[in-house]
Amino acid sequence: MSNVKPLPRWADLLLLPLINLCAAFFICGIVVWMIGENPIEALSVMIKGAFYYPGSLGYTLNYTTNFMFTGLAVATAFHAGLFNIGGEGQAYVSSLGIVFVIAVFAPFLPALLVILLCIPAAAIMGGVWAFIPGYLQAKRGSHVVITTIMFNFLAFALMVWLLAGPLLERGQQSPQTPKIPDNAILPKMETALGWFGMDIASSPLNLSFIVALVASFIFWILIWKTRLGYQIRTVGKNQDAAHYAGINVSRIIIITMMISGAFAGLLAVNAVMGVQHRVVLNYTAGYGFTGIAVALMGRNHPIGIFFASLLFGALFQGGAELDFEFQSITRDMVLLIQGMIILFSGALAYMFSPSLSRVITGLSRKEASHD
Amino acid sequence: MIDFFYQILWTLDATLRVATPLILCAMAGIFSERSGIVDISLEGKLLSGAFVAAAIAAVTGSAWLGLFGAIGASVLMSLLHGFATITHRGDQVVSGLAINILASGLTVILGIALFKRGGQTPTLASDERFRPQELWFVDLMDNIPILGPIYRELISGHSLLVYVALLCVPLASFILYRSRFGLRLRAVGEVPIAVDSAGVSVTWLRYRALIVGGVFCGIAGAYLSISHGANFVREMSAGKGYIALAAVIFGNWRPVRAFMACLMFGFLDAITSRLQGVDLPLIGEIPAQLMLALPYILTILLLSGFIGRPSPPAAIGKPYIK
Repeated sequence: MSNVKPLPRWADLLLLPLINLCAAFFICGIVVWMIGENPIEALSVMIKGAFYYPGSLGYTLNYTTNFMFTGLAVATAFHAGLFNIGGEGQAYVSSLGIVFVIAVFAPFLPALLVILLCIPAAAIMGGVWAFIPGYLQAKRGSHVVITTIMFNFLAFALMVWLLAGPLLERGQQSPQTPKIPDNAILPKMETALGWFGMDIASSPLNLSFIVALVASFIFWILIWKTRLGYQIRTVGKNQDAAHYAGINVSRIIIITMMISGAFAGLLAVNAVMGVQHRVVLNYTAGYGFTGIAVALMGRNHPIGIFFASLLFGALFQGGAELDFEFQSITRDMVLLIQGMIILFSGALAYMFSPSLSRVITGLSRKEASHD
Repeated sequence: MIDFFYQILWTLDATLRVATPLILCAMAGIFSERSGIVDISLEGKLLSGAFVAAAIAAVTGSAWLGLFGAIGASVLMSLLHGFATITHRGDQVVSGLAINILASGLTVILGIALFKRGGQTPTLASDERFRPQELWFVDLMDNIPILGPIYRELISGHSLLVYVALLCVPLASFILYRSRFGLRLRAVGEVPIAVDSAGVSVTWLRYRALIVGGVFCGIAGAYLSISHGANFVREMSAGKGYIALAAVIFGNWRPVRAFMACLMFGFLDAITSRLQGVDLPLIGEIPAQLMLALPYILTILLLSGFIGRPSPPAAIGKPYIK
């Protein structure tokens, strides 16, 4: 390994992820081909389904919103060298924050204030759910990977019990809360753009997309422009060095996990206040796990996370289209693609790195000899 | 009184059936984690084993071929985990997660492509599965009070794979603590450099540990779909791999203790279905969700040092760089 030169920055940031992505798609293409369908056709159905039909872009961007939240959550923890697998649970429990704010404030506050209170409430609840794993890692030495997995299951159990019991809508069979009042509903994007005289196709896309963009900006400021962000990155690089530099490592671990959980918690803003207008069973639908793929692909940077979220948004929306167009491939294909992307751009991230480095060095040497 | 006695027997009997896949997966987890590799991919291996077992049994009509297929599929997943984490030193958690997601995607995609039943496999006939087996002398033992019913209801009448799972525990214990391979395997999870300097390949040892784990998970998967159940349904592993992982931690990475933890978690599961809708004196009805969450709560408490002190292998999660 040591005789291979490190990759140039552009290749490390753009080319290598692209190669990994292509490898993931290539393997999935082989699976589609083995099933007896045309991979190119399947891809074009997905692309059309994600962008081409009226309103489909809105659906895609709505998924994108979810993935931005969970991707930012995972990335925050990654920066401190922590692995938050618990985005799913944090995003689920955070709806309780919204329910609480609505129950207390919705009866007498105007819409704008209710919404402005609900958003931090969701974030705080997500942060609280991540606090315990963070605390246990920092103070009791239990690994955050295992505890966040366990906390996902705890969140599922808690929410099933709440949704089928205390929070159940009266007379309902399926576990869900009553509809939230009108002054807690986030306006849809088509409505919001309508205020400015713009006319777009109807879709579930709502103002939480703006919340996601703001969150991305906050993430960037936090990680690269604040003292806390610097401490988080130092802890992520080397805990001992951070400790000797006078950083309270335990404190940073706990805070990072809470911020991470807060980002994940914002997913409830989209799901509950933007799309479903109530808390339904399993609305997180695996978005927390997809957030891991998003963070890995997006290299823990908000711009990368945005594009990775867009990719996964397109995959989820386009994947739904597969159900209609094909007999034997369904939206489950997206799970396979997702798994492959996590494998190639996560676990095997540097598999292609040595050979790529050799190719690049070879090319640049050739250029040098021409000069 | 007799009624109560039978209630207990049936609950314990159910415990054993629920615990079987947990036991096998926990042994798998012990092998890979003791060699220094975090294994959250138990879930994915279990799921792929279950699918392949049911698919092959449905196509060939043979439960045995199904079992071998399941082992093959699960070992293949193990090798993928090894390729990513041992050969390419990738992050073990990321790789495990990728395998779990791959497994939940692939099993459904292939299931739909092969059988066109929305991801399920066809229901197997009774002779295409591992059916419950009466052990010897059941009728003879019936004459003995207490022991007779215990023998008939609890010990006899399980499928072969349940007994295999029970045998795996002493086997795993023996391999880990009494064989050369086991000694080296434990060493490689603690101080890999020592094993390396003794001239033993860290890479190959860890691969072997993962392969052994793959075999166990494959049997567990086959148990789910062609013994306990009669076909594969999507996501049928339903978190059992994670519970097994919890049992590994709960058992402090030791086979017998992990086995006990599996029995305890299995018992919680069995008693939950018995207590559904039953009003207990003083306490009232216990929510099923609380009971199902108990294994996780207990593991978290254990991990945080509130009950006992966990001692994971020292080199766990760290790729070995020569």
